[in-house]
Amino acid sequence: MHSVEAPAIRRTALNAVHRQMGAKMVEFNGWDMPVEYPAAIGCGIINEHIAVRTSVGIFDVSHMGDIRLAGPQALGAVQHISMNDASKLAIGQAQYSALLYPEGTFVDDVIVHRLAADEYLLVINAGTREKDFSWVRDNTRQFDCAVENLSDDYTQIAIQGPKAVDLLQKLTDADLSAVKFYWVTHGKLCGLNQILMGRTGYTAEDGFEVYIPSDEATSARVWYEILAAGKEFGAVPCGLGARNTLRLEGKLPLYGHEISDTINVWEAALDRFCKMEKLEFIGRAALERAKAAGLKRTLVGLEMTERGIARDGYKVLDKGGREIGYVTSGSPAPFLKKNIALAYVPLEFGAVGNNLKVEIRGQGAGAVVVPTPFYKRPKKAA
Amino acid sequence: MAYPTDRKYTKEHEWIQVNGNAAAIGITDYAQQSLGDIVFVEVPKAGTELVAGKTFGTVESVKAVSDLFAPASGTVTEVNGALATSPENVNKDAHGSWMVKITLKNPAELKALLSAADYEKFVAEEAGH
Repeated sequence: MHSVEAPAIRRTALNAVHRQMGAKMVEFNGWDMPVEYPAAIGCGIINEHIAVRTSVGIFDVSHMGDIRLAGPQALGAVQHISMNDASKLAIGQAQYSALLYPEGTFVDDVIVHRLAADEYLLVINAGTREKDFSWVRDNTRQFDCAVENLSDDYTQIAIQGPKAVDLLQKLTDADLSAVKFYWVTHGKLCGLNQILMGRTGYTAEDGFEVYIPSDEATSARVWYEILAAGKEFGAVPCGLGARNTLRLEGKLPLYGHEISDTINVWEAALDRFCKMEKLEFIGRAALERAKAAGLKRTLVGLEMTERGIARDGYKVLDKGGREIGYVTSGSPAPFLKKNIALAYVPLEFGAVGNNLKVEIRGQGAGAVVVPTPFYKRPKKAA
Repeated sequence: MAYPTDRKYTKEHEWIQVNGNAAAIGITDYAQQSLGDIVFVEVPKAGTELVAGKTFGTVESVKAVSDLFAPASGTVTEVNGALATSPENVNKDAHGSWMVKITLKNPAELKALLSAADYEKFVAEEAGH
């Protein structure tokens, strides 16, 4: 019998550190990643989640990929393959965007950073690294621009929460207060020169993501220095479990759930990141047709009104029990202390206040359509 | 973790503590640790018949949904109502947090279950994977 060799599981440079700290490890998109750290050190998904909402949490997100586009026509290339308008980016600015198929559906969502006049960095998802890189390379051949996969070059650490800026400021000479949300800076960090630090994240909270060299010794040293600097704020290490509940409260999409190669931009309600006034980008024509044809389903926020937790893939029913849609992501929300979900339903069921049901182990449990995002971080007092 | 010797265990990580013809059922410390923060415990109401080896309820953590398997057959006599509002009690004290009490139908079934020492060996192997 012919057997196919399973692809080797991948590990970030911090893998040994996570194990040393007693993290519960899981396979995520081919990566061996921490899902949560032990209760014995004040962790667990709920504590990690609350720490990010109220103070600060530290995440290893090195499984994320990085693609660099550089050259005289780098902007043209980025404009062609992404739906947001990268011409609006000043040097040092970043934007949420997406790579689309000609059908107007998602290759992936990305953060586009403009690092220099002719240099852009796309930060992409772990599960779509190779696909994204091939897609970007194959679709930018006509541009005078080099495309490099830098995914293995960086250990990416996210420092997230209202105290993130105070924590990171202790370790860098860069003036972080001058870095606005979705802007980047370079500076000395833990003794390392010219480190990229972006005020970005995936938690619906203020915070930074830093990109350091991916050798194990440096990665471990910086990880522990960040944790130590965070001690006075009650900083905790956070795993993918809290990362998921945090992003769900903030309605930040996850590839394979809210967005995929069968879901288009309008359905995912990401209109404000899609600039149709741009003359050309892959997927634009299909999106124009889809808009003219009218929206059939929409992404809504649900809050359970009866006992039960909606989970990914559960069916959504109308009041009469007829199947009308499905849950893309569902979980208890540790900060809001409610059971929440995102779901695709036909447009006519999408109005806020509409009563629906979620099928949980064969039974319909009550849910109501609520405004999203479920959680919005409080505006800082001036 | 020392597993109490006053009860028997299943390979699905439930414990059953027998007192005459009655028995209390819960999940083990190993189970609560693998699940993480427990947020939901669903068990059948008094009067429900449990069948040994079959699912009878659900326990959910933030991240995971897990079935409960009956260690022995019997009729539910009592449900631990405190777990409806404080499911986290299972994380704090798994071996002290019974979920249901039953009247045993066939006490001979218990012979097939694991002793504390055997269960400890079993989880050590499982954790080693």
